[in-house]
Amino acid sequence: MAHAHSNPEATAGTDAPAPHPQAARIRIAIVLALLMLALIAPLGVYPIFLMKLLCFALFAAAFNLLLGYTGLLSFGHAAFFGGSAYFTAHAAKVWGFTPELAILTGVIGAAGLGLVIGLIALRRQGIYFTMITLALAQMFYFFCLQAGFTHGEDGIQSVPRGHLFGLIDLSHTLTMYYFVLAVFLIGILVIWRFVNSPFGMILKSIRENENRAISLGYSVTRYKLGAFVMSAALAGLAGGMKALVFQFATLTDVTWQMSGEVVLMTLLGGIGTLLGPVFGAGLIVTLQNYLATSNFPVTIITGLVFMVCVLLFRRGLVGEFYASRLGRRLGFNPEN
Amino acid sequence: MRKFLTSVAFVGLSVAPALAEVSDGKVKIGILNDQSGVYADFGGKFSYEAARMAVEDFGGTVLGAPVEVVTADHQNKADIASNIARQWYDTEQVDTIMELTSSSVGLAVQALSLEAKKITINTGAATSELTGAQCSPYGFHWAYDTHALAVGTGGALVEEGGDSWFFLTADYAFGYSLEENTSNFVKEKGGTVLGAVRHPLATTDYSSFLLQAQASGAKVIGLANAGMDTQNAIKQAAEFGITAGGQRLAALLFTLAEVHGIGLDAAQGLNLTESFYWNRTDETRAFGQRFMDRTGAMPNMVHAGTYSAVLSYLKAIEAAGTDETEAVAAKLHELPVSDVFASNGKVAANGRMISDVYLMEVKKPGESDTPWDYYTVKATIPGDQAYLDPAKSGCALVK
Repeated sequence: MAHAHSNPEATAGTDAPAPHPQAARIRIAIVLALLMLALIAPLGVYPIFLMKLLCFALFAAAFNLLLGYTGLLSFGHAAFFGGSAYFTAHAAKVWGFTPELAILTGVIGAAGLGLVIGLIALRRQGIYFTMITLALAQMFYFFCLQAGFTHGEDGIQSVPRGHLFGLIDLSHTLTMYYFVLAVFLIGILVIWRFVNSPFGMILKSIRENENRAISLGYSVTRYKLGAFVMSAALAGLAGGMKALVFQFATLTDVTWQMSGEVVLMTLLGGIGTLLGPVFGAGLIVTLQNYLATSNFPVTIITGLVFMVCVLLFRRGLVGEFYASRLGRRLGFNPEN
Repeated sequence: MRKFLTSVAFVGLSVAPALAEVSDGKVKIGILNDQSGVYADFGGKFSYEAARMAVEDFGGTVLGAPVEVVTADHQNKADIASNIARQWYDTEQVDTIMELTSSSVGLAVQALSLEAKKITINTGAATSELTGAQCSPYGFHWAYDTHALAVGTGGALVEEGGDSWFFLTADYAFGYSLEENTSNFVKEKGGTVLGAVRHPLATTDYSSFLLQAQASGAKVIGLANAGMDTQNAIKQAAEFGITAGGQRLAALLFTLAEVHGIGLDAAQGLNLTESFYWNRTDETRAFGQRFMDRTGAMPNMVHAGTYSAVLSYLKAIEAAGTDETEAVAAKLHELPVSDVFASNGKVAANGRMISDVYLMEVKKPGESDTPWDYYTVKATIPGDQAYLDPAKSGCALVK
């Protein structure tokens, strides 16, 4: 599983069907339709659930920035997600920060953590890199377990959502939803811009062939560190939002299982695609939520879904669609 | 046809006055707990079964309205619990949520229920914060808490002759608070604490810690940890012959379900505190047997506590004549609790249900006559001594 990403271009290049003449317009229409869906979704689906979904979707997208575009499998992303949730909750509750400042505190905290963990872990590659991120994230977990400000297993509870910019009351569920949606879209836009920038191109070249990137004169470690910190900060953005949505921060978000869950979400949706992690997160969160009230054991079903996915759709749900005839006719590039 | 319609209308009218007192014509109780994670045995699906038993024993209806029990598995994650709790209140007309195992879940759901103005009765979480600084006028805590466990095991065991202690403490906040609370009661009763050793959470090898405990010469080794940690420590202590050598083991959070899990060979001689034991009186035996017939296991204090909580909630609705939160909460505070779980229970202003707790000793394999016959009741600690004085709990609702 360490490096499950396929090489879509090799297959796409062989028998590429003629692109549909209106491909670009259809792609824009799909994006607009998804956007519309997100705007009207709270009318039909429970808003708190949607907000949770968006938080995890952004978390998975941030993780994908690293796994999908840079080829680095971090197994410690829970530290950034849960760490930021703690920082945000503490800032909002104890220091009385407004929500945007509280989330900013969380993001800065997560980026700082990302810098430290990245500096250490990036000295090694492959599975060693992964194990170091796991070890450091576990260290952070034990720190959270014992530190006074996190209140151990009680967690930081009753965090006020507060007023956005001191003006807009976020205690209304719908207001909160549109705030979360806006932050989510900004996050996704940042990732999209980042991936399609020259910086992102260099990251992809590192993913494809690190030695060649070095020989071209790029300081590979610095680029990787940049991507790592960026990914940590965006994971922090998601974690901070989640703390405000649910009004608490607990140990659940910093456990290694959370790091595993985000890997699962990304693989299910499709690594290296912008929308894949969003769909993967949606699937996992929906399963967890709807199986909770059923008689099925949640963890077993999630495991089965993962096995089916690995056996049948290696590229993930969105990845398979992009690579399908229809997807290619519409001009979807698995890189976007 | 017309005749039929008139008769339907007539029946409707005659039922209406009774139903009018119950919102949306139905009382819905949610049992939200961990059914697939580490606490699945501690409460789990059996708590749901206990709640259904209580509803059946009450008659299935209250004020003429049917009572329904729903359940969900929060997978030991506070966000899933919070999501389900809100959804239950907002879209599925659930009137109250109970059980709520694990401290973070308990505190989170109690806080959001205060906002939603709904009653919660916690029977699964240990933290005394629920009725302390974070108490709520609609939040109740049944069955046990960290304070009662510490008094039961710490205080009562000293009177039983266990007057020198050594602690094996899980190295995090929960472990420290158990150790600190228990030490205080040991000292208060004239005992001494010879020392303590901290072990990391989720340790699998306790040999060095157990050897230190053995070498300390303390009469009692207190296990200030929970779940798998306690189980592993007890099993290894049995292998080291610690109880056979005359020292006593005291687990600070351990129930019948876990004793059953590790077996009497390993658990024999262990001291622990629970607020319920099925084989104590004829009444509890009858209840235990009925529970056993349905689930295949005897109830522990969480299961019996959930039964009592559901029954008390329904009695409160009946006494109030409505299921309106404010009125039911007032009745829950006011009415004494008298059922198979607690014969002389009362609810304090901070929401704490105060009933007796028992110091138990686990039997030797030869002493146990029937299946699940695991405990000897060594001491009964009256509720007023077991639970923190509400005035000192730090709860703002207590004047």
